Amino acid sequence: MEMFFGLLDPDYFAATIRLATPLLFATLGGILNERAGIINIGLEGTMLMAALTGVFGAWFIGSPWLGFACGVVAGALVAWIHAFVSISLGANQIVSGTAINLLGLGLSSFLIRIVFGLKEQQRVVPHFDLVSLPLLADLPLLGPVLFHQHALVYVAFLLVPVLWVILYRTRWGLMITAAGEHPHAASSVGIDPLRVRYACTVLSGALAGAGGAFLSLGQLHFFQDEMVAGRGFIALAALIFGRWNPVGGMIACLIFGAADALQFRGQAVGLAIPHQFMLMFPYVLTLAILIVVGGKSQGPAAIGIPYRRN
Amino acid sequence: MPLLRMERITKTFPGVVANDRVDFAVDRGEIHALLGENGSGKTTLMNALYGLHRPDSGRMLLDGEEVGFTSPIDAIAAGIGMVHQHFMLVPPLTVVENIVLGLKTANARGSPLLDLRTAAARIRELAAAHGLDIDTDAQVWQLPVGAQQRVEILKALYRDADLLILDEPTAVLAPSEVEHLIGVLRSLAASGKAIIFISHKLNEVMEVADRISVLRGGRLAGTVAAAETDPSELARLMVGRDIVPPRRRSSRPGAPVLWIEDLSVRDDRGLRAVDGVGFSLFEGEILGIAGVDGNGQKELTEAIAGVRAVEDGRLDLPGLAPSRGARFRDIGHVTEDRHQTGLLMSFRLWENLALKSSGRPPFGSPFWLRVGAMRDATVRAIETFSIKAPGPDIPASVLSGGNQQKLVLARELGLGPKLLLAAQPTRGLDVGATEYVHRRLLAARDDGMAILLVSTELDEILALSDRILVMYEGRAMGQVNADEVTRETIGLMMSGIASREAATGSAS
Amino acid sequence: MSEAAAARIPEVLRATSISLAAIALALAASAVLILLAGADPLVAYWALLQGAVGDGFALGNTLARTTPLIFTGLAVAFAFRCNLLNIGAEGQLYAGALASVVIGIYLTGLPAVLHIALAIAGGFMAGAAWGGVAGYLRSARGINEIISTIMLNFVAIFFVSYLVHGPLAEPPGFFHQTAMVAESARLPVLYAKSDLSIAIFIAVGFALVTAYVLWRTPFGLKLRAVGESTGTARFAGVPVNRYVFGAMSVSGGLAGLAGTTEMIGGQYRLLDFFSPGYGFDGIAVAFLGRSDPIGVVFAAFLFAALRVGANQMQRTTGLPTSLILVIQGMVILFILGVAVLEWHRRRRRG
Repeated sequence: MEMFFGLLDPDYFAATIRLATPLLFATLGGILNERAGIINIGLEGTMLMAALTGVFGAWFIGSPWLGFACGVVAGALVAWIHAFVSISLGANQIVSGTAINLLGLGLSSFLIRIVFGLKEQQRVVPHFDLVSLPLLADLPLLGPVLFHQHALVYVAFLLVPVLWVILYRTRWGLMITAAGEHPHAASSVGIDPLRVRYACTVLSGALAGAGGAFLSLGQLHFFQDEMVAGRGFIALAALIFGRWNPVGGMIACLIFGAADALQFRGQAVGLAIPHQFMLMFPYVLTLAILIVVGGKSQGPAAIGIPYRRN
Repeated sequence: MPLLRMERITKTFPGVVANDRVDFAVDRGEIHALLGENGSGKTTLMNALYGLHRPDSGRMLLDGEEVGFTSPIDAIAAGIGMVHQHFMLVPPLTVVENIVLGLKTANARGSPLLDLRTAAARIRELAAAHGLDIDTDAQVWQLPVGAQQRVEILKALYRDADLLILDEPTAVLAPSEVEHLIGVLRSLAASGKAIIFISHKLNEVMEVADRISVLRGGRLAGTVAAAETDPSELARLMVGRDIVPPRRRSSRPGAPVLWIEDLSVRDDRGLRAVDGVGFSLFEGEILGIAGVDGNGQKELTEAIAGVRAVEDGRLDLPGLAPSRGARFRDIGHVTEDRHQTGLLMSFRLWENLALKSSGRPPFGSPFWLRVGAMRDATVRAIETFSIKAPGPDIPASVLSGGNQQKLVLARELGLGPKLLLAAQPTRGLDVGATEYVHRRLLAARDDGMAILLVSTELDEILALSDRILVMYEGRAMGQVNADEVTRETIGLMMSGIASREAATGSAS
Repeated sequence: MSEAAAARIPEVLRATSISLAAIALALAASAVLILLAGADPLVAYWALLQGAVGDGFALGNTLARTTPLIFTGLAVAFAFRCNLLNIGAEGQLYAGALASVVIGIYLTGLPAVLHIALAIAGGFMAGAAWGGVAGYLRSARGINEIISTIMLNFVAIFFVSYLVHGPLAEPPGFFHQTAMVAESARLPVLYAKSDLSIAIFIAVGFALVTAYVLWRTPFGLKLRAVGESTGTARFAGVPVNRYVFGAMSVSGGLAGLAGTTEMIGGQYRLLDFFSPGYGFDGIAVAFLGRSDPIGVVFAAFLFAALRVGANQMQRTTGLPTSLILVIQGMVILFILGVAVLEWHRRRRRG
């Protein structure tokens, strides 16, 4: 009982939201991408490159915001490679994603050593601090949880309704769904599925980039090899868990974020669950969901299938 | 002045002249049928009109003005609508979402936000005007095929199409739905729309069209008024000569090979596709299963072949070994779609030929493929079945459609099966290949094989079958002797109008 | 040579030339990075080559590293021939390593031949079971194997991590590792300085067997038929679901052997996160080897040489070893690009 109350702590919930944020960026990107019919298992590598570029940007320009912008752009550029290979060339999307992961892992590790030098790899750069919203932050319980956060946390959670409206209430959303479900039907009414897929892939990379840059500039304040630590894959789990819906994805990210926060928290309050099981949690949960729901609704019908103009 | 005039349209693909100086015109208020066999150039001509590709030469005039479309967007903007044979609908989207898909005017104020309520109101208006009954909020995947077709028509009308192209629109419809469609088309024509109706079915075209243009081998064989022609003239135009059914000896049926009683089978969606069908098939005879596509023939053959579960009833294969593996070797199966279910396109010819009998003598043991024997057998098959192929090591995809079908036939007949299921064995083949396949089937029959022939082509059924079973909505409408039946009788049974008694009654 | 084999020659040559072209392009592109880093690409590549195959020690290291890559490459290639993408070789590798280590530590008193055979069989079966989970989910529940294997990877890795931190930790438990496997379970060593054991022969042997199974047995023909067209396979009487399950299981077993040979061929004990991503490299190896078991052997050797040579390159030029990952990533991208472009070119001509 005592353990349970130990968890009911504003700090725990605040940590949950903070840890969910980079995941949420990447998950929203993944949703956009997959709904247009492109699967991107290279989110991990994309986030790494963005985390690195964010650090470089913040250091050389001196502003975390501009650094963040650099990270977003880097994410978009990395995704552009994926778009070119898997959309323009029509190559296997999984293999392309694997290559992106290798590239991201290698290039980020290579460049941090070359640019900052071996000794100063972990140079702390201008970064984001917590922002307290006036008045709201003083609310009991809710204040510290919701209104004493990074500015980017609000951006991430605001993107959820924005993406929802785009997907379900605009003609763009119809075009994206058509490109992911039946690209030939889209093409028959004058939509170019390739362009839709390109746009979604690049935007998805930008969102994953935001997640990566948030990790380096908002949480770590420097760059470290492999710092994304599987979050790109957890994002893939989250979007399946959330049934390709931004709101569902957000809920998944919060659950996974809570599990993540519990690792630290659990140790503090003496929780008996080994931390490896906490790390395993998102994957096991997603597997369980997949098994319960079955393969019936596995997302867009044309996902992973290259579209060729005839 | 006609709404559309196409003049001397020529289009060549590598090795083929798909359209050769074709002239074609449609008036407002007219239903103009485009008739021709598979590969006669109908689709190529319509793709040129719809902007899917550009003709090499010739010109197109719409309302007297020359047009040249580079994409369907141009065609749509010019008031041309196309109902594709394979519907271009996005299954998880609703009817109204499908209809406004891709339109910039989905919202009057020009924002990307959708105004589906206004759109739905207009759709209901259009639907009411032409008898196109539809639920605008239903998701498309939930709708039956006929309703999906109505969505396609509404999609074109919503985009203010003046000219509507329907590509083989009846291929997927039940006869009652065909009636309904024809009513809709008449209503649209009466309101001033021009309609191009693509088909290869003579009777249907006679019924629906005002004028009929016949294509043969990429050329226009003639344009005639429906009122001034008859099916035999159309058939002559289409084929270039009177259809002579191959001569065949009468059959000498032997022991039973297939015995079916009260058989029921479900389709992929879980609906009952075969509903209490019963018949038997004997050595040395061809039983033809006639019927419009989608009346349970596919599920019936798949159940016999052992790739689809039997829901209820009796399916006996007397004389066939009971084991699963043996069943696939004792039953030859020329499947409906050689691309999806017949061949391994990127595999070599010998791999395709030996697929069903690998691991058994003479092609090896369960642990060893005798590649030499497989290649030799393929070399022999290439000769016996006059397959045009340089050797056994090329991939199947390199062969032409006719030669691919011969390869399938070589494999299935090569096993010496007791029972051959031949589903649409000549679909998409040219006249020469079709004749070849027919001769092979008759020869196999004469050698004592039992053949179940499934075809939507009435002529093929009549030319080959000893007995004919007509299927309609999963049921057997009746069984008739091929020698004692007329086209009309079978046509009626295929439309579900007459049971066996009524059919023979009206025939006599 | 038989006519059938002769007919394959142009195909093999084309596949080989695509792979070689991709490698050349990747090295050229990486040369730009090296220049930007202020080093001389030729010096760097020479050091790489020296470090990889320059002397017996280097070659031994490279061959030792080739072993697990052959297995994971075979795993991915085998599944891919059945049109399944096994992203889970990494997890299956951990499963195999775990089983082999448990057998190696706790089953004592056996003659070496038997003990080794048991460790290998156990590793194969554990990997097969882990791959089989994905195969079952795919064939019985329709769940995409790409997604399930990604998830299963992390489950396996974290589970092994849990075990070496707790239940299987070597007494008294200060270090996060298991005890060493018994001497009788260790593979004969070929070259002690570089951890090279006869595992490399086992790996090459498995590659030959895999090639034989794929190209010369009815099982292989049917498995590839399922990969090419489930419809055609089904109508030819191939039980498609059983083949999907079987292909994922065998694939998992092969990946499991990567873990096994690491355990009984050189490392002798299980540690947290002991694999530097052999399973993921397997994807790249399989594609560089064009999903052909013999091609996989060469691709595995190349990737191992890159990784091993990277240390020498770092010592000589100061370039970080992570450059190798960049080269590997680019090799894959260029193969995808070159293969697709070549396919288009052939289609235009045909």
